[in-house]
Amino acid sequence: MVNWGNLISQMFNGLVLGMLLALISSGLTIIYGTLGVLNLAHGAMFMLGGYAGWLAFTYTHSFIAAVVVGSLFVMIVGIVMERVIIRSFYDRPHEDQILVTFGIGIVFVEAVRFAFGSLSKIVPPPEMLNGIVNLGFMFYPKYRLALLVIVAVALLVLYIVLYRTKLGMIVRAGIEDAGMVDALGINVHKVFMLVFGIGAMAAGFAGIVNAPVVAVSPDAGESILVQTFVVVVIGGVGSFPGAILGGLIAGEIISITSMFNPGYAYVMLFAAMTLVLVLRPYGLLGTAGRD
Amino acid sequence: MLTKRPFVIEALTALGLLAAPFLLPYLGFAPATINRILVWGLFGLGFDILFGYTGLLSFGQSAFFGTGGMVAAYLLTIAGFPHVVTAIVIGMIAAAIIGYLVGLIALRRTGIYFAMITVAISEVFYFVEFNPLSDFTGGENGLPGVPPPSFNLGFMKLDFNTDLSMYFFLAFWYFLGVVLALRIVRSPVGLVLSAIRDNPLRAQAVGHDIQRYKLTAFVVAAAYAGFAGGLLGVMQGFMPPDAFMFDTSGQLVMQTAIGGPGTLFGPLVGALIWLYLQDFLQGVLHLGSTWKLALGIVFVVLVVFLKRGVIGGIVDLVQLARGGKKAHEAPESDPNAVAEPETSPSLAAAVVPRSPVTTSDKPVIEARQISKRYGGLLANSNIDFLVKEGELRGVIGPNGAGKSTFFKMLTCEVQPTAGQILFNGRDITGQTVTQACQLGLTKSYQINQLFTRLTVRENVVISALAKLRGPFRMDMLRAVESVPGLSERVDQALALVRLTERADAPVAELAYGEKRRLEIGLALASDPRLLLLDEPLAGMSPSERVETVKLLKSIREGRTMIVIDHDMDAIFELAEKITVLSEGKVLVEGTPEEIKNDPVVQEAYLGGVHE
Repeated sequence: MVNWGNLISQMFNGLVLGMLLALISSGLTIIYGTLGVLNLAHGAMFMLGGYAGWLAFTYTHSFIAAVVVGSLFVMIVGIVMERVIIRSFYDRPHEDQILVTFGIGIVFVEAVRFAFGSLSKIVPPPEMLNGIVNLGFMFYPKYRLALLVIVAVALLVLYIVLYRTKLGMIVRAGIEDAGMVDALGINVHKVFMLVFGIGAMAAGFAGIVNAPVVAVSPDAGESILVQTFVVVVIGGVGSFPGAILGGLIAGEIISITSMFNPGYAYVMLFAAMTLVLVLRPYGLLGTAGRD
Repeated sequence: MLTKRPFVIEALTALGLLAAPFLLPYLGFAPATINRILVWGLFGLGFDILFGYTGLLSFGQSAFFGTGGMVAAYLLTIAGFPHVVTAIVIGMIAAAIIGYLVGLIALRRTGIYFAMITVAISEVFYFVEFNPLSDFTGGENGLPGVPPPSFNLGFMKLDFNTDLSMYFFLAFWYFLGVVLALRIVRSPVGLVLSAIRDNPLRAQAVGHDIQRYKLTAFVVAAAYAGFAGGLLGVMQGFMPPDAFMFDTSGQLVMQTAIGGPGTLFGPLVGALIWLYLQDFLQGVLHLGSTWKLALGIVFVVLVVFLKRGVIGGIVDLVQLARGGKKAHEAPESDPNAVAEPETSPSLAAAVVPRSPVTTSDKPVIEARQISKRYGGLLANSNIDFLVKEGELRGVIGPNGAGKSTFFKMLTCEVQPTAGQILFNGRDITGQTVTQACQLGLTKSYQINQLFTRLTVRENVVISALAKLRGPFRMDMLRAVESVPGLSERVDQALALVRLTERADAPVAELAYGEKRRLEIGLALASDPRLLLLDEPLAGMSPSERVETVKLLKSIREGRTMIVIDHDMDAIFELAEKITVLSEGKVLVEGTPEEIKNDPVVQEAYLGGVHE
């Protein structure tokens, strides 16, 4: 029989994972939407965020510092990567872009493994968020609950940046028609660089705030990348609301299936993706015409 | 890349394979490494057909590699099946079936979606192998004890239990794989696959059912992967579970990119470099697990600087060395050629002999009240349009009048929001552009839609193949040249658009005017009953225009044509009847004389002449 308390707590886990996936996927999808580049190093960005944060934490013992350093470091990595390599790939076929970002991802992962080894690193949650809390209907780790709020705030910030600022307007216009934005005399190169930085930062931020839940290891990004892809396919490429919806769906599917048998989590996830591809090939909230 | 001379590549491959186990050890290759290179090379042959030739970058090949390997290994160990080769073949078939099913899903989308879906697929298979199916696959332990092949020939027993004998066992299959792959890429199917890579929309528009061809390539790649997977288990005596890992797909992709995609031998060269460096960095330099970091950096640098891998780089170097010589060989286009008197005998003779079609009252195409709405924009509204057999109709109208949308609806590239289209009395509303082309209705594009990485001749062949072979056929083992009636048709089309001398030039080397003519040649090669030309004169110099108008006159014999253009003089000269579109509606229809003098047309189109 189904254990209802267990189910509810798993659904909460699914919500947390879903929000995280939503944040990471938003980063991937705005990069793709604006720049037309699918960043296969996005999972590595998530991992880098965790490691940069862990490093900051070991020196400062401050969780806040870890989060700030983790996010900013990945943002800078993203900007440098865009400047140095991605820029020369805008005119090359999608396949070349995929290959080069795939390679960069491997370099990041292996560089971290070289520097810090394969063993995973633990970043403890801040003191006040340690332990569990009684929600009345169940006990739940305090930090996970806080994580829900933290990621929700991050998504809100991203929403405000995308929908309430001039940069966001340009980004959304760029997703619709990058050529037109260029023609309007907006310096797209600067925008591209910023978008890549922000998109990478979303992954890096997710990487460090998730570190107290799942210890960081060099390979942490790989499964996240796969899940992110499924989220984007379900939600629709280039759609911020799609990333959120897709993230929540994927998070719940993974968590609830894992309760019964973790081996089937990916099968169910894939089944959901297939269903979407059959019924709505452009994703739940995607629009036709982007490939 | 592939020489026309028969069997040269096959012979060289055989020689290379025979010599390799005796030469490579001198370069520091361990015998086991050489064997692994062959398995990766065979795995890569199928992947190259999928990626290098068809342009589909899949990160899911580990699923088929693992499936083939596990099925074969399961049969040979747990199930106790005795025949090694049969077991591998069964594994291959299993992988091909899985590939077919997965392809049905993954190929629903292209480009980055396809890449993302295949990443997800490989991950799913990994988890399935690891957990739910661990009783069959050994889970994280894999399947040990896979026997080496051995054949009882009656008078003697052939065992393949040393590295060298195993090498020849693998080399035999690799050679067979190469022979088969060469046949495939030289077949009509192979050429259509290249067309899909270069320009999927045009491949569709000239009448190929590209979805089924892509699925074919996907299944071929899965079958190669499955077979290679089977060989892996047999070679190692152990089927490792990490064959299913995403890393396996990634390594294959990287090896192919390093070696050079679209060459068939790229994956082998890539595997050679990859595995050699791996051994070297780990064994000689004692870098431990850092080898992967070094290889990752090598890979990124290669992708940035060598766009077509090591083989592509070597080809470019060779061409650079011979560059001076080549430039002289290219036939120089004679700028005065245009001014020559028109009716050259070769051209007249080249006109495709057709049942003479005289202008009759039989309608070829008829549009009834068709409309197209894009969101709030009504591009076409309630257009009635009828063209009779043998007619040459001109369609004019100011920019934004909806001419191109109208053409797209006639060729079934876009579906009308309302209304009906009849072609030869048959309702074609809602058909695909491929079906329309197969029925004998095709278009030359306003903006060139060519297969840019192929030669002029190959371009025309692709179009002619659709007419001769229908939308889909799996003649993977036949040579393109042996398709009956192909060369005549292609020669005729090339002669019509005067590109016979440029037949072997890559499209990228053509001048703009030549590209425009090839664009028309592509449409002609499918021998349409109704030919639509969307601004055939666009962007041409005055002399090119004169020449193209002559060309259009010469091809109209026996055809029904509809021409859109902004060149009034040309349209007035060519067309018997002209339809004027304005703001998505038919403004007026009539002879060139009537149109010229129609005040409504002057007002709408030319902005009035009285100012």
